[in-house]
Amino acid sequence: MSTQTLSPATRSSTEWTRVCALGDLEVERGRAALVDGDQVALFLLPDGSLHALDNHDPYSGANVISRGIVGTRGSRATVASPMYKQVFDLRSGTCVDPRGKEHRRLHVWPIEDRGGEVYLLRGGAR
Amino acid sequence: MSARIVVIGAGMVAHRFVDSLVTRAEEKLEVTVLGDESCHPYDRVGLTRFFDGATAEDLTLPATIFEDPRITLHSGDAATAIDREARTVTTAAGTVHPYDHLVLATGSYAARPPVQGAELDGCFVYRTLGDVEGLRAHVARRSAELSRPARGVVIGGGLLGLEAAGALQGMDAEATVVQSGDRLMSAQLDLPAGGVLQRLIEQRGIAVRTRSRTSAVLAGEDGEVRAVAFADGSEVEADVVVLTVGVRPRDELARAAGLDCHERGGVTIDAGCVTSDPAVLAIGEVASFDGQCVGLVAPGYAMAEVACDRILGGEATFGGYDLSAKLKLSGVEVASFGDAFATTPGALDVVYTDPVGGVHKKLVLSDDAKTLLGGMLVGDASAYGALRPLVGSALGADPAAYLLPADAAAPTAELPDEAVVCSCSSVTAGTIRDAVRVDGCTDPAEVTACTKAGATCGSCLVMVKSLVGTELTRMGRTVSTALCEHFELSRRQLFDAVRVSELTTFSAVIERFGRGRGCDICKPVLASILAVLTPSHVLDGENATLQDTNDHVMANMQKDGTYSVVPRMPGGEVTPEGLIVVGEVARDFGLYTKITGGQRVDMFGARLEELPLIWQRLVDAGFESGHAYGKSLRTVKSCVGSAWCRYGVLDSTGMAVRLELRYRGLRAPHKFKLGVSGCARECAEARGKDAGIIATAQGWNLYVGGNGGATPRHAELLAEGLDDDTLIRTLDRYFMYYIRTADKLQRTAPWLEALDGGIDGLREVVMEDSLGICADLDAAMDRHVEHYEDEWAATLADPAKLARFSSFVNAPTTPDPSLAYVPERGQVRPARPDERRSGEVLIAGTTLEVRR
Ligand SMILES: Cc1cc2nc3c(=O)[nH]c(=O)nc-3n(C[C@H](O)[C@H](O)[C@H](O)COP(=O)(O)OP(=O)(O)OC[C@H]3O[C@@H](n4cnc5c(N)ncnc54)[C@H](O)[C@@H]3O)c2cc1C
Repeated sequence: MSTQTLSPATRSSTEWTRVCALGDLEVERGRAALVDGDQVALFLLPDGSLHALDNHDPYSGANVISRGIVGTRGSRATVASPMYKQVFDLRSGTCVDPRGKEHRRLHVWPIEDRGGEVYLLRGGAR
Repeated sequence: MSARIVVIGAGMVAHRFVDSLVTRAEEKLEVTVLGDESCHPYDRVGLTRFFDGATAEDLTLPATIFEDPRITLHSGDAATAIDREARTVTTAAGTVHPYDHLVLATGSYAARPPVQGAELDGCFVYRTLGDVEGLRAHVARRSAELSRPARGVVIGGGLLGLEAAGALQGMDAEATVVQSGDRLMSAQLDLPAGGVLQRLIEQRGIAVRTRSRTSAVLAGEDGEVRAVAFADGSEVEADVVVLTVGVRPRDELARAAGLDCHERGGVTIDAGCVTSDPAVLAIGEVASFDGQCVGLVAPGYAMAEVACDRILGGEATFGGYDLSAKLKLSGVEVASFGDAFATTPGALDVVYTDPVGGVHKKLVLSDDAKTLLGGMLVGDASAYGALRPLVGSALGADPAAYLLPADAAAPTAELPDEAVVCSCSSVTAGTIRDAVRVDGCTDPAEVTACTKAGATCGSCLVMVKSLVGTELTRMGRTVSTALCEHFELSRRQLFDAVRVSELTTFSAVIERFGRGRGCDICKPVLASILAVLTPSHVLDGENATLQDTNDHVMANMQKDGTYSVVPRMPGGEVTPEGLIVVGEVARDFGLYTKITGGQRVDMFGARLEELPLIWQRLVDAGFESGHAYGKSLRTVKSCVGSAWCRYGVLDSTGMAVRLELRYRGLRAPHKFKLGVSGCARECAEARGKDAGIIATAQGWNLYVGGNGGATPRHAELLAEGLDDDTLIRTLDRYFMYYIRTADKLQRTAPWLEALDGGIDGLREVVMEDSLGICADLDAAMDRHVEHYEDEWAATLADPAKLARFSSFVNAPTTPDPSLAYVPERGQVRPARPDERRSGEVLIAGTTLEVRR
């Protein structure tokens, strides 16, 4: 075991960064990525669209959003946090079912597929 | 020149004939309709509505056609003779009506069985307005005289008899239906369908006696009906008897006039509805076509159209009988159509039976399975309207789609207002009810949002749902049993849907039975259903996307996003070597360890990327998944039993091991636990489990439906003194029956409470096979046992599955940098927010120091 103090992640300026290959992602099952100290949850949907949101769940404080169940609520594509089951809109990051808690939202990053490589805009939407 | 048409009989078919004639005929007509009933033609099919308060006037068929100057209706005057030479009809009143065309539409008599007493005052046939008026007056008089509900017996268990039994109930009389044959509605249903119908009828409070030949209706000294006697010597008490044993065509006028009649009754007609005299036609129930008279209105209407066309010079022909029929007894849906008995050569059946839900459906298809020939629907006839018109044409969709269930029942629970339902947020039943009543919440999710009940641990959600349902019903609203916004079906219906359709993937199921792409509610439910019906690995193909994170990584997520790991220790047994391996793994990965209530060891703080490394070592040492994460068997807790204990009666640990190995990995609507105690001291606390087994000198006693947790409940005794094999078979059936029929996230305790007949009902199903499903349940459990494999061992052997266990897609072995721990009592626990903020000594994510 090692001992350390936690320091806030440093953030560099806006810039597209390659995160992984498209083939590393699985339809309707999220993956976490570490981008300059930010934990990002990546999602690939059946229509081929990509989404990048905070992996940090504001309701539990744990980094687990990438491990939630992907689905739909009405016409919106969503992910449900595996911790306390709040449901978030994958496009906007807004919470569509706060399950009795206040509304909180997830940050969303611009993300795109460039010929099979997945790129994320660092510092983008924050 | 105008044609003179005389119609004898002013019933439903005569009405249709005249209606059609006046709308179609352009030439001059003189139509005379003779009816012996003293009223306008009325809706005989709707006669039973009389008991729901419909008046004679309400039942009258549109009378405007008789305002047409070409039509004359003489009611209350019976035709008494036909003179075919002179072409005249004479009536009881002595009037003589000349005709060019004569139409016989005299219908049928309701038959009285040739038994002694059938002519008594308290015996009624069920055919005319006069009959039902008499019946109602008699029942009212007898119940008043007797100061208790009258007892009614209906002789004849066909469509009409069942309708009459419903009418008796509508007058608050008791009803028993007596059928001489082996099943109800024998003209429409086969034996299995008739059996399901009988249960539905009985559930509606109508007693049924099949294979009972009536020998007499007995009168008391006062001359009133007192009982019905049967050929076997038995009797059923009765104050009123309704006779619905069939009909006899009213062909006496025709016979007297020398028209050809069939030996079994009915005026013989050809396809043009013409009798042996070209000037005389016959339509409706009195007509015998192809040697058959049929007591249904639709063929009569078809004949009416043909006769009308013929008289107007057309060439229309009657195409034969459509025997389709639907029972009109509220709450009991039965329909039969087309070639329901599959008499067509090479015909195939598709049968869907759910005796639990009281549904039996059969479709009859052509030998290539493409063309619909007919069918029977019992319990749910909602597809009748769609299917009947399809007879003779291609079915388009997969037949199974038409056979799926469409009903469900919601259990209710009556809690006092001050009872705390959600202990996390201290929400009482009263608050939940108010949320519905006062704040206008309309579903459990809204109530959770509004009151926070169930927002935290969720263990009360089933209770919240039931309360909301009861409250909504009380307010007169309908309660949806839909699983979620993606499926209208309840879990139980979905289970049946998947079982019948034999679909094996989520995508196929949602495309067929749902909409959208699913959610965190329906996906895990389907994962569980599919796991039972088509056993395959939790991470195989699309299965992986359905799993809650716990099932997805086969570990239990803890508050900081790490997992706990529980290897199976069947019956709580572990060897010293095993215990040492567990200890070493925990030490090497820095895991917090704790003994669980289920007699095994839980190791906390394992990171996603560590799980395969941890499991490799456990599997190598002979451990397998403990399924602590699944909605599946958890543990079988046991005392040490007769092997060591001075008081032990039977080998409880041995049995616990056997049961745990049998049911391990079995997916269910919720987790379930067992307990086995070796004697009546009950050290295993088995009665707090979903199934508790307690040894006695006579064998095993089996208790079911127990629960610890938020709503403790002692298990109830299902059976006593069982030997090992019977115990296991009974458990097999109990669990499978639960898996098939429970609501989502419903544990066995509330399931048993809501089950029809409670523990006795369960006993009938699993021990007496009252629903005839035990063979199915057994086969399902055998399949589970046969297909079981250790999920963890299978995962370790598959690199594709292992790829899921990386912390970050672009940094697969980097630990989550946010994890932080503090030491406590010699182990670690996640740091609290205040400890994180203070930045005191923290241990970042436990690191692996030793790898083998
Ligand atoms: C309670 C009940 C429920 C039913 N439910 C259904 C159902 O759900 N579906 C279905 O298809 N069928 C049903 N039936 C059957 C259906 O009502 C008959 O098939 C239909 O009424 C037949 O029509 P009809 O005109 O041939 O005979 P009727 O309707 O019986 O008409 C014949 C008329 O002729 C009169 N008549 C007879 N002889 C003479 C004479 N010599 N002079 C003058 N008048 C005479 C009779 O009094 C009678 O009014 C039901 C019947 C009953 C009693």
